[in-house]
This record gives sequence, C-alpha cells and structure tokens, in this order.
Amino acid sequence: MSIRILFVIGLAFLLLGCSKDQIKEEEPVEVTDLNANSTASDEDSAQTYGAEDDSGSTFSQLDDPQSPLSVRIIYFEYDSTQISSDYRSAIEAHSLYLQQNPNTYITLEGHADERGSREYNLALGEGRAKAVKQQMLLLGATSNQIRLVSYGEERPANDGHDDMSWQQNRRVEILY
Amino acid sequence: MRIFIKSFLIYFLFVSFQAHAVLDIKITQGIEEPIPIAITMFGWSQPSKVAPIDIAEIITNDLARSGRFNVMDAEDLPQNPTQFDAISFNDWRKLGMENIVIGNLVLTDSGNYDVSFRLVDIYRKKQIAGFRIPVKTGLLRRVAHQVSDIIFEKLTGIEGAFNTRVAYITVKKNKTKKIHTLHIADADGYNAKILLKSPEPLLSPSWSYDGKKIAYVSFEGKNSSVFIQDISTGARVRVSEFEGINSSPSWSPDGSHLAVTLSKDGNTEIYVINLITKSLKRITNHDGIDTEPTWSPDGQKLAFTSNRSGSPQIYEITINKGKPKRLSFEGTYNARARYSPSGNSITLVHSSGNSYHIAILDLNNGYINILTDGPLDESPSFAPNGSMVIYATTGRRGGQLAAISVDGRIKQRLGLHQGDVREPAWGPFLK
Repeated sequence: MSIRILFVIGLAFLLLGCSKDQIKEEEPVEVTDLNANSTASDEDSAQTYGAEDDSGSTFSQLDDPQSPLSVRIIYFEYDSTQISSDYRSAIEAHSLYLQQNPNTYITLEGHADERGSREYNLALGEGRAKAVKQQMLLLGATSNQIRLVSYGEERPANDGHDDMSWQQNRRVEILY
Repeated sequence: MRIFIKSFLIYFLFVSFQAHAVLDIKITQGIEEPIPIAITMFGWSQPSKVAPIDIAEIITNDLARSGRFNVMDAEDLPQNPTQFDAISFNDWRKLGMENIVIGNLVLTDSGNYDVSFRLVDIYRKKQIAGFRIPVKTGLLRRVAHQVSDIIFEKLTGIEGAFNTRVAYITVKKNKTKKIHTLHIADADGYNAKILLKSPEPLLSPSWSYDGKKIAYVSFEGKNSSVFIQDISTGARVRVSEFEGINSSPSWSPDGSHLAVTLSKDGNTEIYVINLITKSLKRITNHDGIDTEPTWSPDGQKLAFTSNRSGSPQIYEITINKGKPKRLSFEGTYNARARYSPSGNSITLVHSSGNSYHIAILDLNNGYINILTDGPLDESPSFAPNGSMVIYATTGRRGGQLAAISVDGRIKQRLGLHQGDVREPAWGPFLK
C-alpha cells in the first residue's frame, strides 16, 4: 500500500468522523501487518489452509462435534495454570492433528478473570496458554506450529461480574 | 514493517480535543472538621466585557473537592471585596468565617493577564499569603489551580496537587467491538485530551517524572507492545515488541530507563530498558510470574509482583545487586505495587479472600492498612503530594474511578457519563 492510499484513507476517516467506520477501516491495515510479521495467521486464513492443503477429511474432522477436536476452550481454576485431566483427550487429539498436519498452525489465547490486577492477569493468561502448549509438545505437536498470546482479563468471554462469568473467562482458546 | 509504521500515522489522525469536563468528580466523604473558607468573586479590569474565566469558582471547586474545606456558597457571601482595606472583618466574623480569599484579574496592555490574590485570616486581620502572577490566556485555568495549591498548603500544611493531570483508559462497547481510548485530563476533570484510540486493549499508562511522556501497553498489533508517547506532539515510539508479553512499563525517576515485563525468555521476568542506548538488562530470574515492576523514588530499587511463594506477593530488589526481598506477608494476594512519593510506603491491590481492596503497606513496619471496601478495586497510584490514592473500582455501572486519602477520611468518585473507565495514573506536579 502506498503512502498516498493510506493518506486518502486517513483523510476519509477525518471527513466521515464516524467511529464505527474508523474501526472497520483500521483493521485491514493491522491484518496486513500481522501477516507480514508473523508466522502465525488469523483464524480465517488458517482454515483456508486446511481446506486447500489436504483432502476433505481433515476439514470434516475439525468440524465434527463428536470429535475431541471440537473442544476448543480449556477452563481453569482461580489463579491456576493447572490443566484438569478432563481435557486430556481433547489436548491429545489436537496434538495428534498438528502432528499429522505439519503445515497447520494454531494460536493458544490465554485469558484470566477480572479479579486482581490487570498485569498479573496478563502473566497468568500466558502461563495458562504455555501450560497447554507444553502438553501439546509432549503429545506430538512441534513448537513452531503453536503461537501464544495472552489477553489477561482484557477480552472476557462474559462481561458479568459474578462466579459464573469468571469461570467462563479463565480459559485458553485453541484457534485454528 | 513500513506498513505498520504508516498505520500508526493513521491512528494519529484520530487524536482530538475536548473542552468540557469529561470526568465528573464528586466528594463522597470529607473530614469531620473541615476548614471554613470563603472565596470571593475576583475583581475584573474590563467591566464592560465578560471575564475570560471565573477564578473564584475554580478555586471553590478545587478546595471543596479536596474534602478538607467547608467552602461558603457564592450566594451566601456577605461582600465581594477586591482590596484588603475593603474587607468588613466584623461581617465575616459574625458568620464564623475564618479565612477568605480576595483577588483581581487584570487584562494587561500586552494582551496577557495578571492574576493577584490574598489569603486573609479574618480573626487576626492578617494576610497569610499574597501573590501576583502574570499569565497568558491559555494558562488561566492552570494558574487558578496553582492558587488553589498555595491556599491548600498554607492552611493544611500539605503540598497541593490541583495543578496536576490524570491519565486513564475508557472502554466503550459498540455492537461488535470495544473501543479503548487513552486520555489525559486536568485533575479536576477538565481539558480532557485523547492520546490514542484503538479497537484492541490498552493498559498500564505510566507517566514520566517530568510529566511530558506516557508509556503504555497496546495490543494493536494483536500482541502486546510497550510504547512511549510524547504528550504535546503525539509522536510515539514502540520500545518493546519481543515475542510474548511486553508490558508493565515504569519510568526511572531520571527518565533514562524503563522497567518492563517481558516473557521472551520463557516466562514473565522483569527487565530494564536503557532508553538512551536501547540496551536491555534482565533483573529477575524465576520460574514463577514476575511482573508489575515499579521504580522507587530514589531510583535504586524496583518493587514487583511475584507468585514465587505460591500466591502473588510484593518483592523488592536493588537494581544493581542482590536477591529479591519479600515485602508483603499479610493476605493471600498482594499485587500491583506503587511507591509513595516519599518512598516510605507502597499502595497495592490486597485480598484475603474473595474481595479485592486498595491497601497501603508501611515499609517501616510491614503493616498493611486496607483503605477501600472492594469488591473489585485495582490499579492504585499516589497523587504526587502523597495525600490521596486514585484507583479503579467496578460497580453496577461498570468501571469507575475513585480516590481516597491515605488516612481513609476523604473519598471521591470520578465518574464518566457513559462507558467504563479504568487504569488511572496520577501525573507529576506540572512545572
């Protein structure tokens, strides 16, 4: 993209002065950057890889609600990075899938509930994502297939301020 | 990378300015025997025109909001003297008034202004303080706050902090996105300015000691980075963009270094960036979480949060040598420390169960004094005079800001008309 095009987009934002449009327009700029700088890709393009790359069977495997691969969120206890044994089969299945599809990349997104301090929660979210990655590496995935990111308490799944919301927010999301 | 830099330029096009008070500050609890004071209407040299600013009103609001004064309502004032000789001391005494402030605003030949004021002790019939201050138009509000600072210090013995600014982050939800905005505003909520708007999370604004720059964490590249932004120009640099977490910026008092949290070497550790040479020095080395560094006012130490004992607690390390020393022992959760300006105490987030409070840890005796009721209080920082702590609290209306005096006697609410407000950071004294 040339400076001129960006300038015109910027000018358009100024003229429109509408926050909704600003946000919509900003994002393509950021996505371009993300792809240029990172080995991982976002959810949409990663799914395109799976469909183009291989037979239809891998695609249906990921989408099968009966498969342990359909488990995409791992929940945690308060201030803990320990993975419950309930998730053993799901993590095994994802690890195996990554082993069999070496060109597939995932992002493990770590999150925390809102209690306590934001920066501590950022570290806690990363600790959770790291714990999941560690298990996946032991079970067959390779390190460069897994990107980690922590949002701490900044991206709650549920905006409530009660036990149930907090439970839903202490999580690692597995994003293909 | 070039595209990235250009995308930042686009962000700057959104920087905008607002003239009204965005933050609505209310005193919810004051001291039991507030000091009686009356601020009379300032004289104005051009009676045919409207005065550019109501200085008495600004001082009245400052002092009333502090919780330490009982300021007489403007309609109850028995007179509005503008000279010492015109004060009818008996009238004021009958009303039980102890202190009055009189003053004048004069338009000078050069088009600037002279603000003069006298703080007068009614019972002794004596002037306690009197100043004349030449000032440019755009700085009249600031001078009014400086007058408040002088009155406050003369009558309470505590340095005033009205001529200061606060940084904070607001979050507004639309249908699909949350818009995160970093603002700064005068300590009375006026002159709010937007420093950055982003669809991705923003957190941890940190003022440089000279008040000219703010460091913060932004997720705008889909991962955390630490930026330093110049407040007056809006120009900024990304100072940390390693793999993993880049967060928790804290300035060294001399402005030459920035302490940060990075997870590039495995898990979160504390590092110090030399902003001049760009070199990086690792400070901590532990398997557990080490984060939230904060620089001691003498520049020698960093306090930080670590869960190396099993739960988050505050530790302190001398920067050039030594092992971390644990500072907090009471409670199951102590995090997000900030030193007081004197360095004798630390404010932090404290919990002994399900509720999170703002507390002060006395570094001389190790005691923790819980200041707030919770249940979800966070992000405390001291006012530069050390008398108040500003923090974020979650209530029915979402995130709001509040401030409390270090002795717990004075409480303020700082509200927004809509949306969440969080992550307050009280800036240094304006020079």
